[in-house]
Amino acid sequence: MDFNTKYTPQSWPDHPEQVTLEGKNKFLGFWLFLAGETVLFSSLFATYLALKNKGPSGMEFSTQTLFELPLVFVMTMILLTSSLTSVYAMYHMKNHNFKGMQTWLAITVILGIAFLCLEIYEFNHYVHLGFTYGQSAFSTAFFTLVGTHGLHVAIGLGWIILLLIRNAKRGFSLYNAPKYYTASLYWHFIDVVWVFIFTVVYLMGVVG
Amino acid sequence: MSSIAKKKGFGASLWDYLTTVDHKKIAILYLAAGGLFFVIGGIEAMLIRIQLAKPDNDFVSAGLFNEIITMHGTTMIFLAAMPLLFAFMNAVMPLQIGARDVAFPFLNALGFWLFLFGGLFLNLSWFMGGAPDAGWTSYASLSLASEGHGVDFYALGLQVSGAGTYIAGINFLVTIINMRAPGMTYMRMPLFTWTTFVASALILFAFPPLTVGLFFLIFDRMFGGNFFDHTMGGNTIIWEHLFWIFGHPEVYILILPAFGIFSEIFSLFSRKRLFGYSSMVFATVLIGFLGFMVWAHHMFTVGLGPTANAIFSVATMAIAVPTGMKIFNWLLTIWGGSIKVTVPMLYALGFIPSFVAGGVTGIMQAAAPLDYQLHDSYFIVAHFHYVIVGGVVLAILAAVHLYWPLMFNQMLSEKLGKWTFWFFFIGFHCTFFIQHFLGLMGMPRRVFTFGADQGWDTFNLISSLGAILMAIGVIILVVNVIITIVKNEKVGNDPWGDGRTLEWAIPQPIPFYNFKQTPLVRGLDTFWIEKQEGNKEGMTYAEPLSDIHMPNGSIIPLVMSFGLFVASFGALYNGEKDWAIPVLVLGLAITFASMAIRSIKDDHGFHVHKEDILKNEGGNK
Amino acid sequence: MSHDAHVYSKSQTEYEYTRRVRREAMRGQVTTFAIMIFLTLIAFSAVAAGFSEYFIVPILLLLAAIQVVLQLYYFMHMSEKNHGMAAFFLYSGAILGFTLFLTFLTIVWWN
Repeated sequence: MDFNTKYTPQSWPDHPEQVTLEGKNKFLGFWLFLAGETVLFSSLFATYLALKNKGPSGMEFSTQTLFELPLVFVMTMILLTSSLTSVYAMYHMKNHNFKGMQTWLAITVILGIAFLCLEIYEFNHYVHLGFTYGQSAFSTAFFTLVGTHGLHVAIGLGWIILLLIRNAKRGFSLYNAPKYYTASLYWHFIDVVWVFIFTVVYLMGVVG
Repeated sequence: MSSIAKKKGFGASLWDYLTTVDHKKIAILYLAAGGLFFVIGGIEAMLIRIQLAKPDNDFVSAGLFNEIITMHGTTMIFLAAMPLLFAFMNAVMPLQIGARDVAFPFLNALGFWLFLFGGLFLNLSWFMGGAPDAGWTSYASLSLASEGHGVDFYALGLQVSGAGTYIAGINFLVTIINMRAPGMTYMRMPLFTWTTFVASALILFAFPPLTVGLFFLIFDRMFGGNFFDHTMGGNTIIWEHLFWIFGHPEVYILILPAFGIFSEIFSLFSRKRLFGYSSMVFATVLIGFLGFMVWAHHMFTVGLGPTANAIFSVATMAIAVPTGMKIFNWLLTIWGGSIKVTVPMLYALGFIPSFVAGGVTGIMQAAAPLDYQLHDSYFIVAHFHYVIVGGVVLAILAAVHLYWPLMFNQMLSEKLGKWTFWFFFIGFHCTFFIQHFLGLMGMPRRVFTFGADQGWDTFNLISSLGAILMAIGVIILVVNVIITIVKNEKVGNDPWGDGRTLEWAIPQPIPFYNFKQTPLVRGLDTFWIEKQEGNKEGMTYAEPLSDIHMPNGSIIPLVMSFGLFVASFGALYNGEKDWAIPVLVLGLAITFASMAIRSIKDDHGFHVHKEDILKNEGGNK
Repeated sequence: MSHDAHVYSKSQTEYEYTRRVRREAMRGQVTTFAIMIFLTLIAFSAVAAGFSEYFIVPILLLLAAIQVVLQLYYFMHMSEKNHGMAAFFLYSGAILGFTLFLTFLTIVWWN
């Protein structure tokens, strides 16, 4: 068995991402990376909470005046749905349905782009209000936390698009299956982080 | 690609090292680069001691002195001690567990080049308007006020080299979890592998907070952020927390592999199984866990309140328990052993009293009320040099002698090695023991000079004389290395005669695929077991001879790291020079483009054929 | 290493069986998704309804925790075997992260 072996749906292994040693290593290494990312985002969240609503004396901005929930709700729905579409993609990967996987991943990408556009719109809106990056400790912490998440979304999109284009004509192999799998793990992790962002930053911000 | 090594020209060998993904060659790169930075950091130390040798000295100015102490600390921790330990982890750990390479050979190379470019960037500050001068801890109130670009070099350089360390940590973890040979259960792993494992786990969790902290510093200084600026609502204590949440585990990232090295040495040269193996493993894991729960003991005097101080005080003292277990286990390993006092063993024997002294002063500082007295005095300087030099540096020097034959198939001179040891060891105690008393007499850290009427001149002079002895020791080591390389006498495998673990069983020079057949591990100290049973080969094999799959070399890691090096210059001059942003974009473009190329270009590696392996075998005999 | 695994072709019955198992699992995933959407709706509407802060905040955090567990165990397949090490490291990271939260909410020395 080699990386170039062609498979049929019958011979395609149950866990194609973990058949080769390279695949196993990628799988575990990526989970460990996510564990490190957990600490990274925890640091950003903790800093945000410490600096929330802190600014020069007489600052007009606060979480309660700034955030608008309808936009955040739409963004949340989009990102949650993109999580489901990437689950569908992995479902088709296990069934050795290449077209199905590519299609669902393409939908994931479109949803991701929509999310990113909304986030850019939101940031732009805040900047126009005068809530710029250097306006206060609060603004710096807010843009850094949410922006780091946005950067992860952008990197995830670039990664998935690259995979889609590169493998468009090649179909499945044990070489690219782990790549697809880790990319989808990454996408889910982005969603996990967003769950905390919409809860801790936006919802708890509006509450007070 | 043929597996048989031919005589190569200089250009070809250079290209080989620039593109290598072989863990043994990367180990040599780490050793060379770490050694270079060790010498640079050592020269900085000498300058400090020359300045402090007599009162009211004006050998260096106050500003330059601040730059020197900052760079001495930063270089020694990030660019010397860690990379040197990585050199031995890379060289030894995969061999100890019976693996053909690490889990991610490409990332292994990337980690090295990131470290090297980060380190070069940091040291370029000397020639580009002044080095960082806010101390290696770079507390925010001080570092935000620091003029010039020194602190920018610090933040960007450490960010790049920290990324390399993080990658190396994940790589070692996956290697140890996934690539152990058949029969190598967790509880049969040599202690050096165990400590590498725990230290890598600490890297995985300790480096993200540092990354975040450094990004905050970069944003605050270069991009108009307000994390630490209290007039804008920021909070300077955030830096201290993030730094020490990284900084304290960092101490254990350094000392645990050192413990691992000494465990190997004690067992090897006492010719006994390590006493209390399972309790050693338990103690290692426990130290790793507790290491994360004590960072605020660096911040007792910040004013966190009596409750926080009490909690962190108790947690800190608790670490003495597993460390004490280790000390007693080492003593009991020597007890009744058939001891050979070689150079590595000398270092190990010298390590125990030195490190215990450092540990005891650590307990003293763990008591928060006493720490208020000792804080920021030379007592602290003495303490951490006792654990870092008395622990980590002695371990690195011991490992250089111990593993030199494994890495280069040559033996360093034992005679010169003993000279190095005695100069270094006596010089070390001479330099730092007296600093305890300087601290108790009230001499503060980080002062560039002192008055003749303060009564500190004799002790400072003694301390400086000790530093000269240490320098002589290191010079003898360098001479030893040069002589050994020039002589180039091959020694073969198991040169110490009493190797216990797999790495000594492999025939020298070690083929690039390490093991022609994956070994079967039959117990702790597997090579010892095979030798006792009269197995001439030294290994039992778990598989028949077959083709071996190996990764291809690649220049991409170097290019990827170089991109970040370029981008760092862009970030550094942001808002000051017109070309700053284009350079930042260009650098990031180089990095991302090389990542894309790595992703798009298939790299299946290559197979070494059975016939070539057999031919290779014949060639070596 | 990579070449020592062997290609195994499933029989027709076996193949249909795994397809069915997967289809059912996928249905479970969709249910999970529905629950997650539902939890999100509760969270947003609770805030919009404007209940007391001391009532809402714990509920919001609980809902977030449930959603993350669903995401991890179903969408990211952490419930399947072979995830022991992944779970161990992820939880270690989470515990450290929690310590960070606690620290930054208590001892960053505000007053």
